[in-house]
Amino acid sequence: MKLLEFEAKEILKERGVPVPANGGVIKKTGQLSAALRRAGKAPWVLKAQVLAGGRGKAGGIKLAKTPKEAAAFAKAMIGMDLITHQTHGQAIKVNELLIEGGVKIERELYFSVVMDRKSAGPVIIASAQGGMEIETLAEEHPEAIIRMGVDPNVGLRDFAARRLAFALAIPNDRVGEFCRVTKALVKAFIDLDGSMLEINPLILTPKGIMALDAKMITDDNALFRQKDLARRPDHEATALEIEAKKHDISYVGLDGTIGCMVNGAGLAMGTMDTIALAGGSPANFLDVGGSADEARVTHALKIILKDKKVKAILINIFGGIVKCDMIAAGVVAALKKIKLRIPLVVRLQGTNVDAGKKILRDSGIPLIQADELWEAAQKAVDAAKGK
Amino acid sequence: MSIILDKSSKILVQGFTGSAGSFHAKQCIEYGSQIVAGVTPGRGGQTHLDRPVFNTVHDAVRNTGAFASLIFVPAPYAADSIMEAVDAGCSTIICITEGIPVLDMARVKRYIDIQSRQGREITLIGPNCPGVITPGECKAGIMPGFIHKPGSIGVVSRSGTLTYEAVDQLTKRGLGQSTVVGIGGDPIAGSNFSDILAKFEADPQTEAVVMIGEIGGAAEEDAARFFKDKMTKPVFGFIAGKSAPVGRRMGHAGAIVEGGAGTHESKIAAMRAAGITVVENLSEIGETVLKSRRPLAA
Repeated sequence: MKLLEFEAKEILKERGVPVPANGGVIKKTGQLSAALRRAGKAPWVLKAQVLAGGRGKAGGIKLAKTPKEAAAFAKAMIGMDLITHQTHGQAIKVNELLIEGGVKIERELYFSVVMDRKSAGPVIIASAQGGMEIETLAEEHPEAIIRMGVDPNVGLRDFAARRLAFALAIPNDRVGEFCRVTKALVKAFIDLDGSMLEINPLILTPKGIMALDAKMITDDNALFRQKDLARRPDHEATALEIEAKKHDISYVGLDGTIGCMVNGAGLAMGTMDTIALAGGSPANFLDVGGSADEARVTHALKIILKDKKVKAILINIFGGIVKCDMIAAGVVAALKKIKLRIPLVVRLQGTNVDAGKKILRDSGIPLIQADELWEAAQKAVDAAKGK
Repeated sequence: MSIILDKSSKILVQGFTGSAGSFHAKQCIEYGSQIVAGVTPGRGGQTHLDRPVFNTVHDAVRNTGAFASLIFVPAPYAADSIMEAVDAGCSTIICITEGIPVLDMARVKRYIDIQSRQGREITLIGPNCPGVITPGECKAGIMPGFIHKPGSIGVVSRSGTLTYEAVDQLTKRGLGQSTVVGIGGDPIAGSNFSDILAKFEADPQTEAVVMIGEIGGAAEEDAARFFKDKMTKPVFGFIAGKSAPVGRRMGHAGAIVEGGAGTHESKIAAMRAAGITVVENLSEIGETVLKSRRPLAA
């Protein structure tokens, strides 16, 4: 789960990590003056709340010296389409702005904690050169990056935090404070089942060390024990993705024209790739799950059909636990309820495949059957092109 | 020969009396696997599927001599179950459970590491995987047994149904399998590709290996390095997720391209450079392996 900056800062503040004073989040320009008052004296910083880095360069962060200037920025920023180097060419609509009080920055550091696959645990990545993108820093100054593994059973010990402080050349009189802040950050990461927590920059100011920005991603698998996180809205998921999730269907919308329904995540990806190789483009990733029944198949078809770009559907089921005859019965039952106006290609393999194919044939529903995946993909591509 | 389990392997099932555990344990028994006991806390002394049920893994191991555990315990408790199996002395642990928090797996890995440093050899397969099958001998997992056939091709994969697809293609072309291992789709897994490749390299029955990876992480790149440095047997590699967008999780917790790392391109490039035969089209895995083996058969 990805958290917006203001959410991550709220959570970190509760857990002992200092952040700049703020006036809260606004969605309308009319809320600005109250927010400015809450944030304190000028100058103020207006920050677009979107799930992408590189906001500053893209115009998503503005420094206002007067209320009038702030009002002009707010008017321009709310509702703007933001394209940063991290949005992969797509525009993200800005719905909310965080209003913060300006701070005097003495030094900028880079600090993050990630769940590292290779060492199978949390790893701290830090650098004395804050404010830069870590990817750029890794390319231009790999020697300036410090990596330190953290035992998830122990957290960040004092000695380890001190090592970090000295490696980052934190002044002696601020080492204690640095250790307190970084230990709180690592503790928050572990306590919240973090996948990634990036503070860029972590700043030294006359008023203390604080997190000027915060990006946080947490583990979806742990939401059962992270009740506070589970209650928050998922900013990334589209309406269709949220609906799919309600029915235990894993769905990710894409740009193509061929709707896919597959059992298993790997095979679902493999099916998308095969469609692309055959000259088509997948409209979605959809894993109907290991225990798909008629209701699940019906929901999956409905979700695929809500995407108006879809010109043809490919169902690819490899029966293991899921039996092909059950899926076939589900498809037939679903198509009695849903009026299908676009071609449907069905490829069944595995457990009870012959019974499944027979159910499809006997149903009288005009659908295209295929035995092999490549054949199925080609038929779907042709169908989507109206051939 | 089998690389992990064979027909004489005594296996216990954790989460034996639950719906998933019952269903799949029954299938494994029907396949011929030696499921000798089950564990469900509070149901010790009962009998289920004609097998004794124990309260703890320790009891099951002591009474039946099982050394392998197959785990179907729900995600919130699964990490604890893996550690229980380790503590009870199991040397092979296969965890099918999907959705275990990554932090729990980080703790499990450390727990196993401590035991390994004291000289124990422990193989954890999974979590979030279909399990392990030695065709014709032993099925410890949720894969459909009938699509497999004994033979000389090793298969190792991060995905379930994608593995079935590959195995089906092999079997239909007369290519049997020595062992098929699902290592699972999570970011932190008990065994990685290199661990399993090493076992296949050492196994006299295995002549070639099919490796099925997906986007996310660097396990395939590491495997390519391992292949180049340590392997003599041919490896055929497929990577799923070429058409997946950056930053979006594709079902599996581990299948995500983050910050430009773990891309399809980097994995394909690493495999090619190492000398692994790359299969670009999923539907051509079986055919590619068959073609490369014809000269051998002739």
